[in-house]
Amino acid sequence: MAQLDSRIPPGPLADKWRNHLASMRLVNPANKRKYEVIVVGAGLAGASAAATLAELGYRVKSFVFHDSPRRAHSIAAQGGINAAKNFQNDGDSVHRLFYDTVKGGDYRSREANVQQLAEVSVNIIDQCVALGVPFAREYGGLLANRSFGGAQVSRTFYARGQTGQQLLLGAYSSLSRMIGSGGVQLFTQSEMLDLVVVDGHAKGIIVRDLVTGAITRHAADAVILATGGYGNVFNLSTYARGSNATAIWRAYRRGACFANPCYTQIHPTCIPVTGDYQSKLTLMSESLRNDGRIWVPKKAEDRRKAPGSIPEADRDYYLERMYPAFGNLCPRDIASRAAKRVCDEGRGVGESGLGVYLDFAEAIGRLGENAVRERYGNLFDIYHEITNENAYHVPMRIFPAVHYTMGGLWVDYNLMSNVPGLFVLGEANFSDHGANRLGASALMQGLADGYFVIPNTIGDYLAGQKPSARPSTDSAEFRQAEDNVRGITSRLLGIKGREPVSHFHKRLGHILWQYCGMARNKAGLEKALQEIPALREEFWSNVLVPGSGDTLNQSLERAGRVADFLELGELLCRDALVREESCGGHFREEHEYPDGEGKRDDVNMAHVAAWEFQGDGKVPLRNVEPLAYEFVKMSVRNYK
Amino acid sequence: MKNISVTLRVWRQAGPGQPGRFVDYPARDLNPAMSFLEMLDVVNDELTLKGEEPIAFAHDCREGICGTCSLVINGKPHGPRQGVASCQTYVRSFEDGQVITVEPYRLRPFPVVKDLVTDRSAFDKIQQAGGFITVRAGSAPNANAIPVPKDDAELAMDAAQCIGCGACAAACKNASAMLFVAARVSHLGLMPQGQAERDRRVLAMVQTADGLGFGSCTNQYECSAACPKLISHDFIARLNRDFIKASFKAAFRSEPNRVVGD
Amino acid sequence: MTFLQHIFCTTIGRKFLMAVTGIVLIGFVVAHLVGNLQVFESPDRLNGYAHFLSSLGPVLWIERAGLLLCTVIHIWAAVVLTLESRRARGEQHDRTWIQATLASRYMRSTGFVVLAFIVYHLAQFTLGAAQAATYKENLPRYTMAGDYHVLGLTAVREGTVVPDVYSMVILGFQNTAVAVFYIVAVGLLALHLLHGAESLFQTLGWRNRRWSRGLRAVVTIACAAYFIGNLAIPGAVIAGILNPLPAAAASLRK
Repeated sequence: MAQLDSRIPPGPLADKWRNHLASMRLVNPANKRKYEVIVVGAGLAGASAAATLAELGYRVKSFVFHDSPRRAHSIAAQGGINAAKNFQNDGDSVHRLFYDTVKGGDYRSREANVQQLAEVSVNIIDQCVALGVPFAREYGGLLANRSFGGAQVSRTFYARGQTGQQLLLGAYSSLSRMIGSGGVQLFTQSEMLDLVVVDGHAKGIIVRDLVTGAITRHAADAVILATGGYGNVFNLSTYARGSNATAIWRAYRRGACFANPCYTQIHPTCIPVTGDYQSKLTLMSESLRNDGRIWVPKKAEDRRKAPGSIPEADRDYYLERMYPAFGNLCPRDIASRAAKRVCDEGRGVGESGLGVYLDFAEAIGRLGENAVRERYGNLFDIYHEITNENAYHVPMRIFPAVHYTMGGLWVDYNLMSNVPGLFVLGEANFSDHGANRLGASALMQGLADGYFVIPNTIGDYLAGQKPSARPSTDSAEFRQAEDNVRGITSRLLGIKGREPVSHFHKRLGHILWQYCGMARNKAGLEKALQEIPALREEFWSNVLVPGSGDTLNQSLERAGRVADFLELGELLCRDALVREESCGGHFREEHEYPDGEGKRDDVNMAHVAAWEFQGDGKVPLRNVEPLAYEFVKMSVRNYK
Repeated sequence: MKNISVTLRVWRQAGPGQPGRFVDYPARDLNPAMSFLEMLDVVNDELTLKGEEPIAFAHDCREGICGTCSLVINGKPHGPRQGVASCQTYVRSFEDGQVITVEPYRLRPFPVVKDLVTDRSAFDKIQQAGGFITVRAGSAPNANAIPVPKDDAELAMDAAQCIGCGACAAACKNASAMLFVAARVSHLGLMPQGQAERDRRVLAMVQTADGLGFGSCTNQYECSAACPKLISHDFIARLNRDFIKASFKAAFRSEPNRVVGD
Repeated sequence: MTFLQHIFCTTIGRKFLMAVTGIVLIGFVVAHLVGNLQVFESPDRLNGYAHFLSSLGPVLWIERAGLLLCTVIHIWAAVVLTLESRRARGEQHDRTWIQATLASRYMRSTGFVVLAFIVYHLAQFTLGAAQAATYKENLPRYTMAGDYHVLGLTAVREGTVVPDVYSMVILGFQNTAVAVFYIVAVGLLALHLLHGAESLFQTLGWRNRRWSRGLRAVVTIACAAYFIGNLAIPGAVIAGILNPLPAAAASLRK
């Protein structure tokens, strides 16, 4: 049974972080260079953490599986980053950002962590501006803001539709500076394949060089994982193809608890799948729902007709019908589920029948094509680029897609997992978004963790570790971990089955999407829990991984990741099955209000489920961390 | 649109420094809505099933922002369309029966790792030389303390969009990295926050690029035409100006009197 | 790095040198053309002008040395940059041009032809090593029929006996092969300048999208005008509009 001590500092909510800063143990400046810290991943959280720790004087090793730290998938975030700056003088405050995030997370996040996030959000913008991030400005030269879902204030800072890119390049520039000055040692195309735990503490990792195949051991005084989310378990998602769960999954297998894996976010406005070859889904900003009307034909037999030929009377503007108050602007999860429902009824449009129309004809009639072009021109261009369709003349086709995972490795207030010395930042941890993440909050969390939380909290851990007392990489634990990695690699290469890796990934994706996607139910999840282990068994006996382990071998890389997804997928379904309620991104059909809104069970389910690995073939242990809401009152979200 | 079939003439090279050659692969019955990389996925699965080694190619986000993909398609980095990356190139841009040449970037500073994958770490080294503003976390002034004229911020953003894919250097007959360097130098040079290190930055980044073996700019602007973000070569003019200015300033600046600490 | 290292040892520094020396050389070829166009006015003008230039003495040598230095730097920088760029480039199977102009793609070839042309041009008109029979020193001298003025001051007085450059030029171009080579060479020089003159604005950092089209138009017109101006002299000779002075023509028949 894992010890889950959330280490929430005592005292009033607003003072927690400040008090904690003042009470944490410190590492003497002259001693900092004696500590080595491994940072895996160089997205917003990883790059900012590596750079900042090196600035403090720690010796940092940064590992990325990409060919450059700038490729991390944070780069693809479009919308913006929230911060409680109140530059608009519209009543924003740290407390309001805290409250919106807790409410947006459907009361399944940890209050104190969210407060910490909201408090440091203010410093993030200062830091990014000083780094030269070209945020949008007003004519007077001051920072511009836009509003985003789930908030009634304008607190989102943005850089066109490429906010993630600009913030990542800012963090990357700091990281580059520290690499240039020798504070950070960078290992590109290096994939972490195991965590080394010595005497209960995380003290190193095993890494495979993706170009040469060399497997190496790296010891450190602490290990930081900032490796992003696991949405690619669904195969098709808005994630980059390379995004994977291997680092956190292998840490899970070494004892780190995996919290709330079933909390996955599905974004309602993505471009639908066109065929079996599809590798990736592209997000269209949900701002489109401000002016677009969503509909499908009323009669299933009309679904193949040209949309323009379907008369108004035969169209079903289902969101406007079901949610008259919010209409097309209802929250992400509700819009996604409604789309699934109409498609399940056979009314979905497009080649695959998995799509709904997002129609701008009414907006163009009302505002004129030019006004629509001004507002959404770039999105219409992206749509045209991908589909070769002109959305000014024919309605867009959209469908929901997996977009973010709120679950992740369990961490305490200091972002340390239940394995001492193992810290988890950004999307890879579970801490801040509860069961649902608000728009523009992912970037905020990544940078908060990397720039401002971990540089402070890691000292508290390291101060308890003797300087220069890292275990030798020759120790038994390192040897065992390396053998484990070599074993997995050679096993994968040795199967020589009859199906390529992609085949299994697709099938796993289908199972999860079908039974553990937008809407889940007991029967489906139980079915998935039978199908996934069977698929996993088939994978390990029938996968075909060509080539060798001594060179760049993309099939081998993917095979290892899919092998982990095949385990993680099962845990996801298991978590979804036990969580007998609907909350945020987790929707159980058994638990809904008559109007379709999810029904939480605050009496029995107001807790974090932290799963603990018990060994292959064994049911993992479900640890529980109760969520005690001291400062916020839980209530029912209502969007009617 | 009907499905099409094409022949892919792909550069195969087992490893760095090894000899390579073109091999033809048929790609049949392709949905025009398929992306170029998805076509390679399908071809790779077929190769795998035939017991051959699949084609290695770099890719990640597949939405044109991470800059990983780096194919030279029919002699043009990122393929026939302007303003898109390889991953945003679709089968519908090609004709039934066409022979499509697919090769890696070919320039000395980006050596081939395998097949279509090249090592672009040279770009990271240029960034490490000066592509940053030195700010320790925690030491930044209030974000609105320094107003930035909107036009400057917009122009800086135009430059900052660079995805670091390397197409500019690959398209350049001189294998020059000028557009890449110019984008970074201009972005930071246009922001008031970037002024303190402006001269140091431009001198260091240009010298590093030269030292890494990139060629010079002959003002033919192939780079901006191949750039998936269509970053303007105007920024190269700005880079040139900044570099020359910084050189002159470095030559005529008076040396500070360095007092040894007490 | 010192200033000289910045300028001589970096790519941008060398490009800067090419641009600056390019400006000097453009200034020279334009001035040279304007001077030569005096051939259309009268033998007195061109011969007076030539005599005035050769009478400058040390100033002329300083100018020549300056031009030579600029030419050497221009060519040195071009050669070094080209070699470096070749080294930087790998073998590419299939190369397509996207938007590079024709002039820009042939800078090296046009540069070589222009260099060959300059050598021949100097041999013919300055040194008398080529077409020696019509070299000014081998033709009857010319007596100035009036004063030649520079900036309103009399530079060459009436009655001064000077070399007959006027006839040398015309007799030289009566050789059709020479005239054609000359026309082709100045055509290629104009093409060289078409890229060079526009490009130097980019290298010096004075070009941007706002007025780049205007710049291109101005440079194109200037290069066309330069070519037409240069075409005019051998053209007029071949067309029989310009003829050598009778004394010079007679001396050749002997």
